[in-house]
Order: sequence, then C-alpha cells, then structure tokens
Amino acid sequence: MSENLRITNNKFIDQTTRISFKFDGKTLYGFKGDTLASALLANNIHLVGRSFKYHRPRGIMACGTEEPNAIVQVGKDSSMTEPNTRATEIELYEGLEASSQNCWPSVNFDIGAVNNFFSPLIPAAFYYKTFMWPANFWKLYEYFIRKSAGLGKSPTEPDKDIYDNRYLHCDVLVVGGGVSGIMAAKIAAKNNLNTLLIDDKNTLGGTTLFQQNECFKINNSYSNEWIKNEIKTLYSLKNLTIKTRTSLAAYHNYNYLLARENLTDHLDLKERKNKIRQRLWKIRAKKVIIATGAMERPLVFNNNDRPGIILSSSIKKYIDYYGVKCGQKISLFTNNDSAYETAISLNNSGVVVNSVVDIRDKTNSLIVEQAEKLGIKIHWKSTVVNTNGYKKINSIEIMKLSDDGTSVVEKKIKEECDCLGISGGWTPRVHLFTQSGGKLKYREEDNVFLPEKSELDQISIGSCNGDFELNEVIKNSVYSTNKFLNVNNKDYENLEVTSSKEIDKKNIWLLPSDKPFKKTKSFLDFQNDSTANDVKLALREGFKSIEHVKRYTTTGMATDQGKLSNMHALGIVAETAGVKMGELGTTTFRPPYTPLTFGAIVGRNVGEFFDITRNTPIHEWHVEKKAEFENVGQWKRAWYYPINNENMHEAVQRESKAARDSAGILDASTLGKIDIQGTDASEFLNRVYTNAWSKLEIGKCRYGLMLNEDGMVYDDGVTTRLSENHYLMTTTTGGAANVLSKLEDYLQTEWPELDVYLTSVTDHYGTVSICGPNSKKILSKIIPDLDLSDKEFPHMSFKNAFINDIKCRVMRISFTGEHSYEINIQSSYAKSVWEKCFAAGKEFNITPYGTETMHLLRAEKGFIIAGQDTDGTMTPIDLQMDWIISKKKYDFIGKRSLYRSDTVREDRKQLVGLLTDDPNEILEEGAQIVSETNKQPIEMLGHVTSSYFSPNLNKSIALAVVKNGKKLKGQKMFVPMKNKTINVTITDTVFLDKENKRLNA
Amino acid sequence: MFLINCPYCGERDQSEFTAGGEAHIVRPKQPTELSDDQWAEFLFMRKNIKGVQFERWNHAHGCRKWFNIVRDTSNDKIHAIYKMGDKPPIK
Amino acid sequence: MKNKYSIFSLIKNAFSYHENWQRAWRDPEPKKEYDVIIIGGGGHGLATAYYLAKKHNMSNIAVVEKGWIGGGNTGRNTTIIRSNYLWDASAGLYDHALKIWESLSQELNYNVMFSQRGVMNLAHNLQDVRDLKRRTHANRLNGIDAVYLNTEEVKKFCPIINTSPNIRYPVLGGTLQKRAGTARHDAVAWGYARGADAMGVDIIQNCEVKGIKKNGDSIEGIETTKGFIKTKKIGVVAAGHSSVIASMVDLKLPLESKPLQALVSEPVKPIIDTVIMSNAVHAYISQSDKGELVIGAGTDAYVSYTQRGSHDVVEGTLKAILELYPIFSRMKMLRQWGGIVDICPDASPIISKTHIKGLYFNCGWGTGGFKATPGSGDLFAHTIANDEPHKLNADFNINRFVSGDLVDEHGAAAVAH
Repeated sequence: MSENLRITNNKFIDQTTRISFKFDGKTLYGFKGDTLASALLANNIHLVGRSFKYHRPRGIMACGTEEPNAIVQVGKDSSMTEPNTRATEIELYEGLEASSQNCWPSVNFDIGAVNNFFSPLIPAAFYYKTFMWPANFWKLYEYFIRKSAGLGKSPTEPDKDIYDNRYLHCDVLVVGGGVSGIMAAKIAAKNNLNTLLIDDKNTLGGTTLFQQNECFKINNSYSNEWIKNEIKTLYSLKNLTIKTRTSLAAYHNYNYLLARENLTDHLDLKERKNKIRQRLWKIRAKKVIIATGAMERPLVFNNNDRPGIILSSSIKKYIDYYGVKCGQKISLFTNNDSAYETAISLNNSGVVVNSVVDIRDKTNSLIVEQAEKLGIKIHWKSTVVNTNGYKKINSIEIMKLSDDGTSVVEKKIKEECDCLGISGGWTPRVHLFTQSGGKLKYREEDNVFLPEKSELDQISIGSCNGDFELNEVIKNSVYSTNKFLNVNNKDYENLEVTSSKEIDKKNIWLLPSDKPFKKTKSFLDFQNDSTANDVKLALREGFKSIEHVKRYTTTGMATDQGKLSNMHALGIVAETAGVKMGELGTTTFRPPYTPLTFGAIVGRNVGEFFDITRNTPIHEWHVEKKAEFENVGQWKRAWYYPINNENMHEAVQRESKAARDSAGILDASTLGKIDIQGTDASEFLNRVYTNAWSKLEIGKCRYGLMLNEDGMVYDDGVTTRLSENHYLMTTTTGGAANVLSKLEDYLQTEWPELDVYLTSVTDHYGTVSICGPNSKKILSKIIPDLDLSDKEFPHMSFKNAFINDIKCRVMRISFTGEHSYEINIQSSYAKSVWEKCFAAGKEFNITPYGTETMHLLRAEKGFIIAGQDTDGTMTPIDLQMDWIISKKKYDFIGKRSLYRSDTVREDRKQLVGLLTDDPNEILEEGAQIVSETNKQPIEMLGHVTSSYFSPNLNKSIALAVVKNGKKLKGQKMFVPMKNKTINVTITDTVFLDKENKRLNA
Repeated sequence: MFLINCPYCGERDQSEFTAGGEAHIVRPKQPTELSDDQWAEFLFMRKNIKGVQFERWNHAHGCRKWFNIVRDTSNDKIHAIYKMGDKPPIK
Repeated sequence: MKNKYSIFSLIKNAFSYHENWQRAWRDPEPKKEYDVIIIGGGGHGLATAYYLAKKHNMSNIAVVEKGWIGGGNTGRNTTIIRSNYLWDASAGLYDHALKIWESLSQELNYNVMFSQRGVMNLAHNLQDVRDLKRRTHANRLNGIDAVYLNTEEVKKFCPIINTSPNIRYPVLGGTLQKRAGTARHDAVAWGYARGADAMGVDIIQNCEVKGIKKNGDSIEGIETTKGFIKTKKIGVVAAGHSSVIASMVDLKLPLESKPLQALVSEPVKPIIDTVIMSNAVHAYISQSDKGELVIGAGTDAYVSYTQRGSHDVVEGTLKAILELYPIFSRMKMLRQWGGIVDICPDASPIISKTHIKGLYFNCGWGTGGFKATPGSGDLFAHTIANDEPHKLNADFNINRFVSGDLVDEHGAAAVAH
C-alpha cells in the first residue's frame, strides 16, 4: 500500500482481521467486512476491467447491484469458477481469487484497446452494415466477433456445490431493509401478521445505517443511531423472519415471488464444505410491501467513463461504511443536493474536496449551507466538459453553462483530481413493481418513473415510491403501511425528524461540452459501450421506439440490465425526438432483478433427482441378473438379459427362441392398469373403445383400441370383465397416465350421467407373464388347484386364484402368440411369485426376456405397438384392423373422424409386412420405402416401423406403413439406404402361425 | 403462477393443475349427422379469446376433478370458478 | 435508392461522424387506399410485403403494426433455423426458407448474421432413435443435409454435452443438419423493412387494427387507430393475435395462443458452437454472438396473451439444461421473457386463403416460425398476389382441418405443443 487510503475510526469493518486475496494474480490485503471493490479501492486499484466494445479502461463505479464495470471472474478451479461477478457484491473472504475480464493479455495492457482507435468506424449497430462480402465469409467474421465478445469464462467442469429450493408462505413480505422497510416490517409483525423481511445486503439499515450528519436527525439523535435501535427491536419480534443476503429475483403474478439467499459465498473456502451454496425461496405472500429504495444516476458528459469516476453516493458509502477513501483529492459533479452529503462526509474524514461542480444556478438548502460553512468550493451553473487520464482520471475541465443549458460559455478551468464523484439524481427501483405487472407514471419535477397502478395486493414505500427526504420517507411509509395492512400502529407517531429539503432541481440529460456533440464520447451504458451519439444515430436512422433504440444500440442490455443507463437513454430519446418522457414509456424490466444462478433455480432436481424413476416390484431381480434396462416414460424396464458377454442381438435371439420353444417369463408390471367400476361400466367402455363391450361375458378378456377424437389410434390394451359392473383395463406403459386423464375428462365433463368410477391400480399390482408351450405346466405347479384345461380356462379369459393364500388374478392372454398367462398380484408379493415361477420353470429352461424380445415376438405375429407402428396419423383401418370397429355402435370416441374425406381415402398409408429379398438383411427402423429408385425426387411411400431378425423363422421380418399398402401385397419395393438399396416385398403382417395354433398348444 | 381456488380443495398453486382449453364446447350427441365442416368446428376451431374466457381446468395433482374457470387471458386474472355442470356465475 | 451498406460506406460516414446516414425506413401516415394491407409488422409480415413488391410488381402496399416492427415473436425467439422436417410438405416449406436464408444478407444488403453452425437434435430413448432415424432417411431422400450421429459422434461434435450412460435419460444418438443454424432476429425484421420501404411499401407503426369492413364476402378495408384504410386484399400475419383479427369477421381458427418463454445467461466467451435441441428432456440451447447462452423453454398449456408464463416451465427447462450440461450450473440467468405463440393442432402452420374473398391468413407457426420467415413471406406473397397457393404451401391450407389431411409435425419441435 503506497498510500494510506483507510480511515481508522470505522465501525463496520473489522480492522483487526486482515484478509488476503488475489486480484489478477497479485496478493493484496483487505479487512473482514470489505467487499472486493472496497478492498481494491483501499489498495488504490480503480482499473478493474475493459469495456465490451472499445476495450476502454474501466473502474469501479458503484457499490451495489447496479455496478456496470467492476465485473470479475471469481475462482480459478474449472468447476467452481464464476464469471461476471460484481466486485461490489463480493464479500471478501480468505483465499478469494479474482481476475479482470475481457482483456488480453492483461487489464493494464490490453491488445483489444486498438478497437478504441477504430471507434469512429464502429458506431452502434455497424455490424448490420458490413461483413457481407464475400458472401460466404460471415463464418470467419463471426469466429472473430464471437471470440472478442463475451465477458468471463464459463466453468468447464460440473459444479460441486449444492443448491436448494424451498416454499414459504407469509402474510406480509417486505422487500428491502432500509428505513422504510424496517418500519413496515415492524408495523406488520407487531400486528400479529406473519412477516418476512428480506434484504440483499449482509445487514439491515440501508444507507441510513451510516448516515451521521447534522442535517438528518430523528428524535435529536443521528439517524444512524436511531436506526440501530430499530433494528435491535426488529430482531426481538416473534412474528418476523429476517433474511439478509437475500435478493428478490422475480415478482410474478398472484404475489408469487422468488428470492435467492446466499449462504456460503461470503465464507472462507474451508468453511463452505457440505453447505448449501444458495437457496431459492418460492414465496407466496398475501401482501407485498416493496421498499427497495433508489439508485443514484450518473451524469452523461464527455469522457464520463474513466476509472476514478464514481457515483457520489458510492464514494460516501466507501468512506462512511468501509472507511475507504476513493481518492485523496476528490472533485464532485452534481445536479442535486445529495453530492453535498458526500462532500461533508469526505471533509469530516480529512479528504480534500476540490470543489463541487453543480449545474444549478444556486441553491441554499440546509445541506448546501452546511457544506459552504465547511469551506467547500462550489462551481455554480457549471458543468464538466471533459476528463483526462487514461487508466485513471487525473483532471477535469469545467465550464459555465449557458442560460438554456445547451452550451457552455466563458473560460475553461482545469482542476486536478484523482477521483470524480458524480450525481445525476435518483431513480426509484421500480423493477419489481413493473415485473409484477404494475403500470408506471412519470413525475416531471424530478424526472422519475413511479408506481401508479397494480392489480396485485402490494404497495411501494420510501424512495422507490418517490419519497427522497427523510421526513417524508418516514411519514409516508408509516401512513401507507398502516393503511395497506388495515392497522393503526402508533410507534412512529411522535417522531421528530430533521432533514434537509432539496429546493432547486435541474436536469440536463446530455451535458454540453466545448467540443461539438458529434466529437464527444458521452457514455450511457458503460458495460456495452453505448454513447449518447449512438442513441442519436439510431433516431436518425428511423429507430424511434425506445425498444428499437435499445436493441439497435444495445443500451441497457448488459449484465446490469441498464440500471444506470435506461433513464438517460429515455431522456436523450425524448429530448431529441421532442416527445414527453411520460409518453415515451419505459422498456420492459424483465426478471430476474439481478442475474440468478441456474443451479439455484434448479435446486436439488439434478443428477439422480432430475426425474423420478419408477421401478417394478421385481426390479431387483432384473438387476441381480444383470439385465440391461430401457427407459420407457419414467419406468425402467428390463430390455434384455445378456449372459456370458452376449451382445443385444445374441441375447434377444436366445430369449426369443426359448420363449417359443419352451417357456419365457416377462415382467409386465409397467402396463397401465385402470380399475373401472359402476353400473354403466360397460356403456362407458362402448364409448371409449372402437369395439363393443356389452356382451363380453364375466370372466372374459377382450382387446380394445382407443382413438383420439380425430380418429387416430391413441392407445390399446386388453380389458377384463371381472364381474357384472367391474372391469380391469390395461393400457400401454407410456400411455397409462394420459389414458386415465382422458377417460376422467370424458366421464366428468361429457358423460357425468354415467355411473362409473376409475382408479389407477398400476402400482398396486405386479404382473408376471409366462408364455410358451410349457407355460401351462409351469402355472399348474404354482397353482395346482386351478383347472387349466382349454374348456375351463380358454384363451382370453381370467380366473381368481390363490398362491399360498394370497389372492391373485390370472389372465390367459397373449402378446406373443404363444400359450400364455399373466398373473396379477399385489405388488409386495410380485417378486416372490416371479421367483416361484422361475423355480418352477427351471426344468423347462424358463428364460427371462425383456422388452426387445417382447417386441420381436409380437412382430412375428403382426401385433402392433401403439407409438411405434403408429404415429398419431394412423386410423384402425390404416392398420388393417377394420374388424375392431363396431358397425353397430352409434358412436365412440373418434368415430366421426373416420368418415372425413381424407380418412376414407383408400390410398392412405397402411400397415403391411415386409420381407427382404436377402433373409439375412435386417432393415433399419425408420428407413423409407420407395417403388422406384431412378426417379428424382423419389416419392416416399412409407417407412419401416418395426424390424427384427426372427430366430424362429430364421429370416428378417419387418412391419411398415406403405401408401396404398393393402393393395400392394406381393409387390416389390425398395428401401434406399445411404450407400445401398435393399430389395423388399410387401407381405401380410402375420409372419408366424397364421392359424393361431400355438395359442392352445 | 396462478393461485387457483379449486371448488373441492380450496386455494392451491397452479402447478397442481392442468388446463383443458375452452369450456362449454359440448360434444355433439349425434356426430354422424354432422357435416365435415361442423365436425371440424367441434374438433379444432376455437375462439381463443383475448379477454374474458371460459375454460376448463383439472386439479390433476389433487382431487383430479374438472371444473370451470372464468379468466381474463389478457392479464390472467381469474374472475370466477364453478363446478362442471353449474351455470356460469357471470356472463 | 437508399445508400448501400458496406465497409466503404462505414468509412465514408465515419468522416462525417455518422451524421449523414439515411433513415432505414420512412414513417408515413397511411394513404387512403392500398392494393394490399398486411396486418402485422413482424418478420413474416414485412417479408410478405417485401416479396409482394419485389416479385409481384406491386408497390401500393402497407404493413400496419400495432406496436413497433419486430416487437412480437420476431424479437423474442431463440432464432433457430433448420429444415430437417419429417413430412414432404414441411421439408419443402422449410428448406425453401433455408435456401433463401443462405443469401439473405446479400439480397437485403443487411447483415442478418445467418450462422450455419449446425443444429443437433438428441435422442434419449429408443423411440426417439427410431423417430430421428426416420426423419434422417426422409430428409436425405428430400435432399436435406441431415445425418444421424451415434453417441460418440454427438460428443465429438459438441464435447460439453454430458453423454455419460449413467444420467437419467442418456443421449442415445442424434441428428445433425450442418446447413442449419441461427440468425440475428432483429436484423431480419429491420432488413426486410428497409428493403420493402425502398420499394415503396408504407410501414405504419403504432397503428392498431380495430375492425375489418366487408361487403358480403369481399373485403373493403380496415378500421385502425389511425382511421379507415381502404383495400381489397388483407394478409393477416398477426401470430398470437391471429384469432383476435379473425374474430373481427366472425372467423374461428384452429388456434390456441399460449405463452412461450425463453431466457439468456450472462455473456461468456465461446463455449458452445452449435445449436442443440432435445425433445425428450425439453431443452434447447445455443450461444449468441454476444456470448449469452440462449435457452428456449416450453409453452404453458393455457391460453394467455400476457407475454408471461409460469416459473415452473423455466425451472423445468433449466433442470434439463443442467442434466445435459452440468458445467452451466454456476452460470446466471440474465433475462427471461415470454411471447405469445399461436399453435395449430398438428403443429404446422396455415398459409391460406379463407372463404372470405381477399382475406388471407398466415398463422399457426407455434414455437417454430422464425426459421420460416423468408419462405413464409415469399409463399404468402405468392398466395395473395395470385389468389391461389404456391405448390409449396398448398398443403398448409385451412381446409385440412375439415378433410383431416393434417401435416402432423409434433415430433419436430423440442416443445410439446
């Protein structure tokens, strides 16, 4: 430290605890309680980054969320590094490593600064006008543009931190813990309202916390002393929850708000282990009180972007709160009274205040008089016309303003300084209010947008509502809060408040210089490098809407989202175009208020918690047998069971053969099961399926096809009549939830007169399916007392049975074409029944098979899989399943759509079988089918939907949909692949056992 | 994120509900007697109102009941909620 | 003639401190009558006007826009451009557009920054694999440059994707269309506006249509906030507000207008060089030239004109993003917003005549209209000028909802409609 920039009589910084940190590789020291920004300033480091476009040197400008320049990369670890972090918000911790962004090789010597030299060539939106020649070179231009754009660097390894989401409900949410928020929270909590107070800083109190000035007193003590007592009281209230380091990110409709609580970023690295980094609170508040305060505006003048130019109120916070002098010889430049508070604070701390340059003619408010009394020099009716110093400001040039404020007059005065504080007045933080859908109004006298109308149960109080003077803040906040909460709290009734009142106001959006405007660089958006001239260019080129100006110049689109630049952009547009500010409106403030970590939004829902996993009750058995699994919806289904390093093909061939030769066993628990009861159950099924159900005998099963109302196949499955008014419907695995919802929808909204009750029982029962010529023998070993004769228990029927006193349902149904049974049993017994079947089948080489074999076996029989052989464009007629459409039924879901001009066309795509000329050639699912190969373009007639090598037929088989396929049986077709064409013949869809003999084998 | 006052369960977060589109489109009792145009009207054509709309919602992650909501689609404000089969409380 | 944009004009203008640039478009008051009025000053509407003037010899054309041009979905979308659609009709439509994109900057003398960085679609289950292979085969036969990639090839093309087999829904493969990519959305609207204006088209902003006047079944004009304007032909390109315009002539459309959200992160140095879409887990992502990660979220299921969606949708999308790109967990969301998308039951657009003579609709683009902008404008201009569709948009007529001949492209977008 070459200069001592710390003062020692400070109460907020722990000057006994020294913290070491690194900035751009250099080890520096600060104190506990510092932010990175205050520690850097204490080390006399102002230059912290380069601007986006011109790479101009930029320094710390603010002390909070609105900081546009001091954006740094934190951490070096490839998984834990964080780009674009505001130095003004980083609490200093032991081991902090931060570095400048957007500069190479270093912030002090940056090659990109050559852009500044070319700046006359690259005004706003220049890129739309060039880089078009030669035509195919954009790719190359873009490569360099992308490389030079972007600020920090993304991590390249997965984040090791954990995040969390929680819900919170409260009667009253108070956002902002400054003077008005503190009073509102106290009033709410003391009136038995469950209250939450949040503030993004690490302590409550706002700027009042360090306001120790004769001009601002409450009950005869300094306002900072008064507020300290208030805060103490708050912490003793039992209805009040206080969360600091918690930033309100988004305010959605219906008082739904998101707030991010920082839990570990301020801790030393070694203290962070196993702690949640950030928590996103999802808040539902009955009432919301916004007390977010106001931000100081910069001033827009020539070369207003040099390091060392800092918002005046920030300079005050750095000296009064952090005990850091931003310079030794500070000049101030203002259009309002608040810079005088800074002047007085600096003076009291022994910093030389060169002068205050004030654009107003003269004013004599309390605070200005106090400053004058201290001997502070004031340049009235003057403006700064230029600043000097490349990497840090070293002087300013001052001139008198003309009467109308549009030009400068008289002699230029040069004033040496090492820091310039600027104050352009105050902008209420109305971001949250507008996010919530509130409408703003414009107040001419001090050029602010204020909350006007909201549909939600909320109010804004304090300076975010346009009250800038302490006595007004207190009086109006208390009154509004009482009224809003419908209470009558008297805690603040007899306060005696002293505050300086601002008498004269004057504002010039773009300050004149002795140079013509077109030759000045007056920055609006410091991070995105857009200037007043850019805005004027946009207007000249016809971009009149403020949204157009914003997009054309990129003003307000940087990581600070225009917190400091929006008002001036609006002002300059209004002035140049001759429109009133109020009529111009603002651009939309979009959430989040400050950038919000993806991890915090997602919370715990990462990795294994990304989505729930549904396992069948027999899952563990499959895992033990080293099955490979397939994701079907949320279910994990056994896909195949490889033995001895088999690949999928080998395993499936073995499984398929075993199932047909002797016995196979399949876990069918994932199929959707819907229990249907009620006196109108049969009628209900008549309406939802294409076929007729009334005559289905009790104890019998039937296959059903369900359509959408537009006539396309939606789902299918077997439904069993358990008793007169009781059915059990099965659905596809993936379709179960949708089918239930659809059925409930029709039942509740279209047919409420039907006496029917639907219950999902998918998870209640496990389903063990055994198939193959020996399935009967196996079942008889497990349920010996069940008569399995074809007469007593024929195909498509069901029996109640008992396995060791446990009731189960046995259906004789088949999706493989084999003699087959499905045992449905309470889930908790499913694994044991499965193991029983497996043991009983051992002598028959019972083979577990997965979904792949199931698909192969059913394809041999030409059975469809809804969703694989259909794609939402297939009717039952297209599937050659005309037989399943009841001719007698008056109506069913989707019936009418089957008779539209397009659905009755005979040459629609229809389901057919395909055989390859080479029986060993397996078609690719999804491959297209054509009838000619030498025409261009080729007309695609259809595609392969299912394709397998059948070990039972010893040849390749496939199902396909082909235009006019019904009539093309026996025709030769081609499947054009990338490097070859495969010859195929259209066949029937049933490849094996056309007579269905195996069902009863 | 709306708050929806389910007529069976009370006020709940929107995430518990699913939307079911425009309400009071009655499924024709005799679809076979409709022309293709009339059927398409029922099947696909929607008012898609900007303003006060009557619509169906389902408490899918709750009681699974369907009911009707009167909502202004221009600001998402809910004006009324009523059960299936009940008459709309406002016009 | 407007002055031509080039590096030379930039240099020349630098000497006069850029004070001599011409207006990109005029700001005219509406005339009494136009031959055609386009309702909606988004990319599609401005392109329609441009091609009417350029290819159909018309000049008495107005585009009326209730706000500012390009302020609707044109300025709110994630700018993905591709043509790897399944059905012939869609492939024809979107590839027609893609071909125009390839020389659009030169055509308009406005850099729309069409960046052919490739679009990858990922498969996360076996049915995805079948569907993507089917699409790839169809694309190849339609002359569209999509190829199928296995998991290793996906990883090679975009190394930051988590292709571990141990994630909840592992990447099983994907498709890649290299000619596909992104463009600068605002520039498309502005470029077409500048081009159309130069040919005499009146672009009238802040002019809201309040009613349509017709006589029997013919159009007579429109009532607007700037008065009555006479015309015999109206092309409606009002996206989410199509039904609102249609209701002025008691027309019902097969549309629902729903919120669609998107978000960007803070800008970072290049980390992702392509566009990646994932159907099954609902995520798509690219990186803008400015460095922001551009992330598209899904639609909400309810009708809303608020341009705001629910937080759940954003949360769900980011969940999927972190599943596939866990390195982005510390990245921060800078800005989120919503648009209103008009969705057809078959997820395909309508570019069609109506039963009212002189009234044409171009709508139903749902979540994917930006990519079609040049093609859509060209074909809609053809339809309006000739009072009959071009063969490339013949299948996208309104009557398909009556006949049942839908163009079902539900598999095409990463957003479930």
